[in-house]
Amino acid sequence: MKAKQSLGSRLAEGVSGGLVRVLLIVVGLFWLVPTIGLLLSSLRSPEDIAASGWWKVFTEPSQLTFDSYAKLLENEDITSSLVNTVWITVPATLLVVIIGSLAGYAFAWMEFPGRDWWFLGVVGLLVVPVQVALIPIAELFGSIGIFGSVIGVVLFHVGFGLPFAVFLLRNFFAEIPRELLEAARLDGAGELRLFFRVVMPLGAPAIAALGIFQFLWVWNDLLVALIFSDSGSQPITVALQTQVRQFGNNIDVLAPGAFISMVVPLVVFFAFQRQFVSGVMAGAVK
Amino acid sequence: MTSATAAGGVKPPAVGKSRKSVTGTRRIVAALFLLPALVLLGALVVYPIGYSVVRSFYDQSGDGFAGIDNYKSLFTDEGIRTALKNNVIWVVFAPTVATALGLIFAVLTERVRWGTAFKLVVFMPMAISMLAAGIIFRLVYDQDPDKGVANAVWVGVHDTFTQASAFPKAHPGRQSPLEPAGGGAFITKSPVRAGETVSLPLVGVAPDLMPDGAKPAVAAKPQPDKITGTTWQDFTRGKGVGKLNSVDAAELGYAGMKIEAVKDGKVVASATAADDGTFTLPASADGALLRLPDSNFKEPYNGLDWLGPSLVTPSIIGAYIWMWAGFAMVLIAAGLAGVPRELLEAARVDGASEWQVFRRVTVPLLAPVLAVVTVTLMINVLKVFDLVFIIAPGSSQDDANVLALELYRKGFSEDQPGIASAISVFLLLLVIPVMWFNVRRLRREVRR
Repeated sequence: MKAKQSLGSRLAEGVSGGLVRVLLIVVGLFWLVPTIGLLLSSLRSPEDIAASGWWKVFTEPSQLTFDSYAKLLENEDITSSLVNTVWITVPATLLVVIIGSLAGYAFAWMEFPGRDWWFLGVVGLLVVPVQVALIPIAELFGSIGIFGSVIGVVLFHVGFGLPFAVFLLRNFFAEIPRELLEAARLDGAGELRLFFRVVMPLGAPAIAALGIFQFLWVWNDLLVALIFSDSGSQPITVALQTQVRQFGNNIDVLAPGAFISMVVPLVVFFAFQRQFVSGVMAGAVK
Repeated sequence: MTSATAAGGVKPPAVGKSRKSVTGTRRIVAALFLLPALVLLGALVVYPIGYSVVRSFYDQSGDGFAGIDNYKSLFTDEGIRTALKNNVIWVVFAPTVATALGLIFAVLTERVRWGTAFKLVVFMPMAISMLAAGIIFRLVYDQDPDKGVANAVWVGVHDTFTQASAFPKAHPGRQSPLEPAGGGAFITKSPVRAGETVSLPLVGVAPDLMPDGAKPAVAAKPQPDKITGTTWQDFTRGKGVGKLNSVDAAELGYAGMKIEAVKDGKVVASATAADDGTFTLPASADGALLRLPDSNFKEPYNGLDWLGPSLVTPSIIGAYIWMWAGFAMVLIAAGLAGVPRELLEAARVDGASEWQVFRRVTVPLLAPVLAVVTVTLMINVLKVFDLVFIIAPGSSQDDANVLALELYRKGFSEDQPGIASAISVFLLLLVIPVMWFNVRRLRREVRR
């Protein structure tokens, strides 16, 4: 860390530091302004939105109001879709973590014929685009009667979350020192005990990274839910998407709706930056 | 954030070491551990691949074998061709621009103390949904410069360099001494003489568009050897024109209106109206016609049509880069942290400029990371759907079409699952090289 700072200061001597700073501030504003625009739009009345741009609130702060949010939370469609989002995201995340851990552990530490080939097969599935499965799975779910249900959406997310989960966890579990596992084994721990008491706790950083990655992935998904959910099981992304068609007249619904849908991912992002970043980095192959 | 990167999987974990089952597991136990994952993967990922491949050779109803007809339509169907063309644009520009920006940000943030805060700001959009980003950018790209921040900035810059006109839609009223002179200008019907006063009344400027400084119009006083006159809005609110072609108390002068005296097609003198609409021309204008040039009447500049047919794809790519440049930046920054500092310093000691160090040392050392980032983004871009679906308005969605969107339309609203399956197989074929690369790299590690 120290070496890096000294390098940083030396670099700053080389190029005019002031220019770099100004440039980065401008770019930073560039990145912030769109989100600020959404936030401030969500805090204005429909009349104000129709009359002027969101930057007007800087000269007329009295325009700020929570009315749009209050109205939105009385909107049955939106609140029930928020609940659906939770009902889809939580199971899809937990299932991927559990099933992925089991398989990752088996690939890392168990002996069975063709183990490495099976694992390479899973790795090959990492980059399969979800688009390939939309039509076949729609027909499959239709025939077994879970098309349009929360279960269908969850299952699809689990299926396409697993290759990455197995890949990430197998690689991480393989790094656990053999001695630890052998010691536990000598103490008479069975397979399940070993898995829950040794492997899972030691693999916690990778499991957290995977969990956060998968959570955000499912929470933010539009396409899968657009196809596999119906009006009763749709998550917030789909509920808002149906509103986009009348864009312009309903910014008082869209802006606060989009912001509410962003709150959870943003909280997760700021609270678990570290895990999120390592999840993203491991997922670079996805 | 930088320290977190070290904990992550940027270096592929060494898989090596032939590992015997520590636990002496019976095969049945191993099978139980694997079963849920393999069953789900088989049913939800592997089976659909096979199904899609087979389905793509059957017609839309699924009953008749269609050979390669569905694949032929990839190149003949108008919608798919636009989508293909746009996908090429996406794949060429989005990953390269995002990676280039990521590289620049990663290098520059090393030079400031608040680099981490900057990274957080740029990386944040990765956490939100493409839907939310889409709504954010629908707002940004709003055509009306009074609402969309993109056009507000653009028009602001534009108007700084070109003068905005003040009187759009102004035109002569009844029995006016003025007539159209072509190209939006107006000209007097008869020549003016020195010592006379001239009236140049117009109507039609909306009250809120009148210049802020405009004052009630005043009838000009005649001056010897000069031409004086007034140009004003000959319209009294609630009373119509008032007294036609003469100044009423409630009528405003056209402050800032340009007036040209024209003789034989040449401008011999010009003037600008004062706040009360009066103007004075020198004697040289004697016998000339007075013209109000078209620059007075141009429509105010309204900015770019960001989401119109020609700009919609670049605009959406802009939104994508906003989301993903942070991803490139974080990965590249992690790579940068692994670059041996001695190399950079050695180059500097040898007299290399900062640019040369960057170009000849940093970039080549980062080449593998840059390649991984670019390829990852390319795969991601191939599948782009949400952003286009949300940002492109109905009127220009056809122009913004991409393969994933066309697949959704064909498969789920136009009832052409055969063609949709062909599109999905085509997408799969495009990522197979990457799949092969992943497997090969892993196989080396597993076998070690």
